[in-house]
Amino acid sequence: MQHVAVPGTAVRAGAPAADALLSLRGATVSRGGERILTAVDLTVGRNETVTLVGPNGAGKTTLLRIAMGLMRPDEGTVWRCDGLRIGYVPQHFPVASTLPLTVDRLLTLSGRVPGGERRARLAEVGAAALQARAVSALSGGELRRVLLARALLREPDLLVLDEPVQGVDMAGQAELYALIARAARARGAGVLMVSHELHLVMATTDRVVCLNRHVCCEGAPDAVGKNPQYLALFGGLPDGVAVYTHHHDHVHDVSGGVVPVADTHHGHHH
Amino acid sequence: MFDFLWRSALGGIGVALVAGPIGCVVLWRRMVVFGAALSHSALLGVVLGLVLGIGVTAGAIIVCVAVALLFLLLARDARVSDDAVLGIVAHAALALGLVLLVFVSDVSTELLGYLFGDILAVSNADLAWIWGGGAVVLAVLAAMWRPLLAMTVHEELAAVEGVQVALLRLVFMLAVSLVTAVALKIVGALLIISLLIIPAATARRLSTTPEGMAVAATVLAVVSVLAGLGASVQWDAPASPAIVLAASILFVLGLGVDLVRQRRSAPARH
Repeated sequence: MQHVAVPGTAVRAGAPAADALLSLRGATVSRGGERILTAVDLTVGRNETVTLVGPNGAGKTTLLRIAMGLMRPDEGTVWRCDGLRIGYVPQHFPVASTLPLTVDRLLTLSGRVPGGERRARLAEVGAAALQARAVSALSGGELRRVLLARALLREPDLLVLDEPVQGVDMAGQAELYALIARAARARGAGVLMVSHELHLVMATTDRVVCLNRHVCCEGAPDAVGKNPQYLALFGGLPDGVAVYTHHHDHVHDVSGGVVPVADTHHGHHH
Repeated sequence: MFDFLWRSALGGIGVALVAGPIGCVVLWRRMVVFGAALSHSALLGVVLGLVLGIGVTAGAIIVCVAVALLFLLLARDARVSDDAVLGIVAHAALALGLVLLVFVSDVSTELLGYLFGDILAVSNADLAWIWGGGAVVLAVLAAMWRPLLAMTVHEELAAVEGVQVALLRLVFMLAVSLVTAVALKIVGALLIISLLIIPAATARRLSTTPEGMAVAATVLAVVSVLAGLGASVQWDAPASPAIVLAASILFVLGLGVDLVRQRRSAPARH
């Protein structure tokens, strides 16, 4: 792979940065004579959350597939740290109704894991009650949590999440993003995810990459949110209409029940 | 008198033991069209085996494997859908078989046996093919069961988790080819696919796990074979169609059991 030598800095071949998990340089992909991605650079490190935003057809999923090694770019280099363990939550997860599959069985498909471990991961994502349920009977939000638990069972260095809150209601979305951030932080894992809702991921994202077949802009979430390139793509909201943020004294578990937050200062009764 | 009946029963049971689990995976992976295409092309194998004098089963194995490989090669072209490719390959093979038939004298009566099966004429050599080939297929299937299930549920997720998706897909197709070729003598080229699909579809209603469904499908396939054979002895019905008919009757019975169970579990309405 190629490195641009900057005077006064030593670049160790093959390892872009000490805590980098994966690094793409100049990734370019064409399909059917059409450029899908042009010269994309992307790096994700340990303890770092990188969020890809961009319109439909911007090449977000293609970029994730290249990052995970599911496809090769036509040009450019892809580097993954040795033995990188990826926990992947795909955007679409159609379960054939011909296949009888419980949540618990789904969790064992990627390898043998003890039952206690499976229970613990489901509990961590607030889906403990779902263990014996049929996968085909899960709601969109329940399936997202179960898939996250499955990804966590692999003890990943890197979580790759393609629209992890799709099909989840607004309140659930914020909860799920917070849950992902907690789970990643607890493991020191990196996170690479695709999201449409910049305002929802702001709090938990270190770096936003705005993609529209090339990297339009990137940086800290609030900086990207004000970037004219980003606003041109998403027709940004005027300042006064910023999404109201507030603190909850409780969270909702997967069945909608109220779970008090540990450091709550006032009671909450239903 | 009972000697040939024993052989028929042993041959039928041998095919049923493999058809159960293989049929389940065929159902889950939506490979019914692939299985049907293979069974049609198996007839070319029969003719080829007779023309070349290498034996019918060997000819069928060669042609089924060749069709599977040809399909993998042609299916890379996204401009022709998979089912269209299968239709082309299978019917080209079938047509070639019928054309080549003129080079084999007085085969037309025998051909009917290969189209619809001739379980009552099972020889010791056939038994060796069925039980030997069946043992190989079951051993391979058991060895790759978990990763095969994982990629059946979600191919990209399995690939990210280290499953050799392309290799397993090829091995499973070859396994189906082998089963099709070996089962030719028992149920015939036109009815093989039904012994794969019908018990598996019936088993779906009775099972909550993939393994349970594979076992249930195997039991149902064995019962169908014995019932069909019994009907053939008792009423002189043609054995192979009787087997398929028995499997279909079990499917309808399963439908009824399912309806009754749903009625019972549903709350009483007034």
